[in-house]
Amino acid sequence: MEKVAVIGIGLTKFGELWESSFSQLFVEAGTKAIEDAGIDGKDIDAIFVGNMSGGRFIEQEHISSLIADYAGLTPLPSTRVEAACASGGLAIRHGIMGILSGFYDIVVVGGVEKMTDVLTERTTQILATAAEQEWEANLGMTFPGLYAMMARRHMHKYGTTREQLAMVSVKNHRNAVHNPYAQFRFEISVDKVLNSPMVADPLRLLDCSPISDGAACIILASKEKAKEFVDNPIYIIGSGQASSSISLHGREKLTVMDSTVNAAREAYKRAKIEPKQIKVAEVHDCFTIAEILAIEGLGFFKVGEGGKATEEGETEIGGKVSVNTSGGLKAKGHPVGATGVAQAVEITLQLRGEAEKRQVDADFGLSHNVGGSGGTAVVHIFSK
Amino acid sequence: MKIGIVGYGVYIPKYRIKVEEIARVWGGNAEVIKRSLKISEKAVPDFDEDTATIAVEAARNAVKYAGINAKDIGAIYVGSESHPYAVKPTGTIVAEAIGATPELTVADYEFACKAGTAAIQTCMGLVKAGLIGYGLAIGADTAQGAPGDPLEYTAAAGGAAYIIGKKEIIGEIEGTYSYTTDTPDFWRREGEAYPRHGGRFTGVPAYFKHIYNASIGLMQKLGLEPNDFDKVVFHQPNGKFPREIAKKLGFNPEQYEEGIIVDKIGNTYSGSSLLGLARVLDTASPGERILITSFGSGAGSDSFSILVKKEIERKRGDTPTVEEYISSREYIDYAIYAKLKKKIKV
Repeated sequence: MEKVAVIGIGLTKFGELWESSFSQLFVEAGTKAIEDAGIDGKDIDAIFVGNMSGGRFIEQEHISSLIADYAGLTPLPSTRVEAACASGGLAIRHGIMGILSGFYDIVVVGGVEKMTDVLTERTTQILATAAEQEWEANLGMTFPGLYAMMARRHMHKYGTTREQLAMVSVKNHRNAVHNPYAQFRFEISVDKVLNSPMVADPLRLLDCSPISDGAACIILASKEKAKEFVDNPIYIIGSGQASSSISLHGREKLTVMDSTVNAAREAYKRAKIEPKQIKVAEVHDCFTIAEILAIEGLGFFKVGEGGKATEEGETEIGGKVSVNTSGGLKAKGHPVGATGVAQAVEITLQLRGEAEKRQVDADFGLSHNVGGSGGTAVVHIFSK
Repeated sequence: MKIGIVGYGVYIPKYRIKVEEIARVWGGNAEVIKRSLKISEKAVPDFDEDTATIAVEAARNAVKYAGINAKDIGAIYVGSESHPYAVKPTGTIVAEAIGATPELTVADYEFACKAGTAAIQTCMGLVKAGLIGYGLAIGADTAQGAPGDPLEYTAAAGGAAYIIGKKEIIGEIEGTYSYTTDTPDFWRREGEAYPRHGGRFTGVPAYFKHIYNASIGLMQKLGLEPNDFDKVVFHQPNGKFPREIAKKLGFNPEQYEEGIIVDKIGNTYSGSSLLGLARVLDTASPGERILITSFGSGAGSDSFSILVKKEIERKRGDTPTVEEYISSREYIDYAIYAKLKKKIKV
């Protein structure tokens, strides 16, 4: 595919942002991105925003208009995109399509979620709306339960160990220490993960990504237009999106997330590169098992070997492929609608050489965003 | 004109239930709870004890300590979030029981866990204005925690009473400062049996923000620094929060450990910071300066600076101390606890 440039990025701190409203979050991230790109409101052609559940978290639908309004960008066209936790990644894809279709030259892609205005039980309930209501949620299933089944099966079939799962969290916390925007900037030990409260056997509290508030924003431009504003554009050279059954029982296998495999295949094909060329990746580690499934499904490691690769340090910063240098969903935080866009921000920082203490030497980077238990997956490939 | 504490008294019910026993019933990990909440047991009221009886016991001790005639008390304010009646004051029961009626003004207060310190402020104002000679301020609760809720490990019973006046004071109140916002971190609606809370929202934006700002505000108002205080006391919903806020404000363990008693009796809500203050006053020496900052959900904090006076050495000794109430205890299991707390409906 024709490449599209990322010319600006912006992030809010992720975490329990009690003092910030939904609107304040996206205005902060958006303003930072617009300033970073050095563009003006009049240069922008359209807005795409990823948001999972404003309607349930803050009783606010019609997010598209709200954002255009508060960002001072009316009358620009503004569109909300929703695919549960993959909403942000999907918004990027729509931005790319807007540019490659020739409709727009410059688009703002945002992602935002305000999750801490409701009690934890309610948050869990809202997140569970990303699972199939009739056959999963209504029978009492929540996301920790669904991912726990995937973990159990992976452990049974491939000998993935409880410790290897814990090592995903340990690595991501270690990376987050160096990310000023991360929710949890401290290290944890395998022991601490193994002794944290049980959530859904075998997953414990420290296997799970947290409840977070936050927003992220990137500015996309056609490659011609990009040169007018910045001299360091990072390019998106591949994009892939795939769907799978929304419920776990509809999958052929519990140990392979086929939406990830299919989205990755499309993205690699469009980018004309191989998995082994990716040296830095932000993957969707909503639970530790999800990172193992991701690094296998994206083709970095053979199916069944993700746990071993993690244990051997191959996903550490400077390993075969540096995975979740930002701290990932686990330690950076997971404001669901913002996550996919925040992943693109981290990869852009890495390829620009601005990731400071978590900097990786890479020519290509990848972001991988999942909705629900794998009903949607979106993959993007970036290059210098 | 100097005003301050003329006398004080406390009461803590003798029954205790351990964290292990509650965890056993609900499948909790006692070690993790004890470590994270820094609490080991809590006080449980007997079947016929309520906020009124606790307030009366504490008030009787306070009157005795103060060595005054109860008839000279011009105002009684009882702060609690578990008043036995929705309509009908607890304060009148106390007034009648200690023999302070009928020439006085009485009202009940509610401001979650800080209604007792709000009562002290009201009494200070009335005394200072010369409208009354003595005012009795009480914080007492039989706190409610829903079965199985994390609150159940800490929600306890107890109370403290303070007589405010200007004669023969044992502790001069040098100043008070309050910090209040509308922050819904913890609430119970009319007719509901148990409170609800915002989980982690009760921490940073509620407890920590309000206690921090009230304490800093008081120190600025009085031109005092953390090292000007010999002892500090904070509202103690668990053992972790008061230690964290104390450290954040720049106090050291020698200043704050003595006033933390929550690990042995639980969170007595309106009684919490006032019992901590009593614990410190029980052994305080003249000349010592004490900082106390309460916290009430909803949310607000009242901060006071108290200078201990010589009179304390003459007056203490005839009433039970906090330590004596803490060590006079009898352990019960969850079944007895459920009966005493009327969780068994018949």
